[in-house]
Amino acid sequence: MSLLSVHELTAFYGDFQALFGVTLDVEPGEVVAIIGANGAGKSTFLRSVVGLCASAAKAALFDGRPIGGRPTHEIVTLGIALVPEGRRIFPSLTVEENLLIGGHRARPGPWSLARVYDLFPMLYERRAMSGPALSGGQQQMLAIGRALMANPRLLLLDEVSLGLAPIVVNDVYTRLSTIVGEGTTTLFVEQDVGRALSVCHRVYCFQEGRIALAGSPRDLTRAQIAAAYFGV
Amino acid sequence: MDWMNAVIQGVLLGGLYALFAAGLSLVFGIMRVVNLAHGDFIILAAFLSVVVVGVTGLGPFLSLVIVVPLMGGLGYAVQRGLLARTLDRGVLPPLLVTFGLSVIIQNLLLQIFSADDRRLDAGGISTASIGIAGQLAIGWFPVVVFLAGVLAIAGLQILFTRTALGRAFRATADDQETVRLMGIDNRHTYGLAVAIAFGIVALAGVCLGIRTTFSPDIGPGRLLVAFETVVIGGLGSLWGTLMGGVILGIAHTIGAKLDPAYRELTGHLVFLLVLLARPQGLFAKPVRET
Repeated sequence: MSLLSVHELTAFYGDFQALFGVTLDVEPGEVVAIIGANGAGKSTFLRSVVGLCASAAKAALFDGRPIGGRPTHEIVTLGIALVPEGRRIFPSLTVEENLLIGGHRARPGPWSLARVYDLFPMLYERRAMSGPALSGGQQQMLAIGRALMANPRLLLLDEVSLGLAPIVVNDVYTRLSTIVGEGTTTLFVEQDVGRALSVCHRVYCFQEGRIALAGSPRDLTRAQIAAAYFGV
Repeated sequence: MDWMNAVIQGVLLGGLYALFAAGLSLVFGIMRVVNLAHGDFIILAAFLSVVVVGVTGLGPFLSLVIVVPLMGGLGYAVQRGLLARTLDRGVLPPLLVTFGLSVIIQNLLLQIFSADDRRLDAGGISTASIGIAGQLAIGWFPVVVFLAGVLAIAGLQILFTRTALGRAFRATADDQETVRLMGIDNRHTYGLAVAIAFGIVALAGVCLGIRTTFSPDIGPGRLLVAFETVVIGGLGSLWGTLMGGVILGIAHTIGAKLDPAYRELTGHLVFLLVLLARPQGLFAKPVRET
């Protein structure tokens, strides 16, 4: 059974329809990428999964249970963690408090404060600093660590490379591969197509609120992806 | 010696003012809402204590065991049922709704309890005093109220900085959406914050009722005291709120010493001076750019 099964999901911002019947599955242990141009609905899709955008009750199943339309704080407690676009570190909290609040409703599992510090030693060194005092890359690692603290069964990542220097992006992805290597099921949105394809088992390409292409990176050609990405 | 006495009384009075202000400060700090009915809720708590004392025969201090949870529950209900509906609609709706609450509470109290002055009788402790050198004597009750104020502020400080709930409060104040991603129900968190604020309001109301007479219409005056206390101390600083209460308390007792009619006036002048010299308050933390 799929860990996450989304069927004909639609999403609206007021009168504007952002998603038109998206169907997508994530199997346990899989690493799945969502690529697509700006405004294709990638972030909206992740936000819908965790209930920050309204969706129909049967539109999303998590581990077989309908989660559509349920409040966000209930959905994430079932074992979904989202690293939001723009990181959204809590400015009033220290680095360590940001991690601790990530584990506020933690499930039992491998991740603890000590293990997150093992993965991101620079966070340990800066644990008493306030969140905004960190650099962009460090804040991104903090946001990832905060999500891991919940011991999620499904990790959602929204544009983790956005606004970061390439060398920092490499660093972030090296650590992500450690996380993924432990079998954490991951669904991530990435604008950098090459990087997305190099990490994922399967990829979905969004275009104007619909899935234009889906498959394993091995089976897809550059031309197919370019066509799905740009809609030409 | 008389002046020394006035200062000491002022400091002790500051504890009561800190109790008045703590709830206001808490609600503003977390939700950015100024509760214009804050003073009326203080008076409501005092009347609740009158009822509890009348029905159960407990003393006013023991009535807190019932009044504090009742007010806390009321706070949670007011937040979830009423204030929550106004929060995302700008600054004006919460002000109007709490102003309306103020009018409703005053008139309800007037209807039920009449305009007569009331007082909570705590027995001997309200008049007992400790003699210090010479003519200086400190009343036991003001000392107890001062300690209650210090403990309330210290308790809030510990709650905010050391506990998971306090962390959730601060994170909710920072970012209501992201906090939900942490599995925290932001509406429940707000409800709990107001419940705690109202618990302190209950304590403040009972202390006020033991200290002085009260009637249904004096709530807005207590709101003003609470408001000046918070602003003098600095928004967002709990210890600042205690210091603001002490400064305002000293201003009131010194003013009253000059002439009983100057009591409030001196307080307002000190408040205005602080606003002129340091509008962010004396003990405010530096504002962080985000």
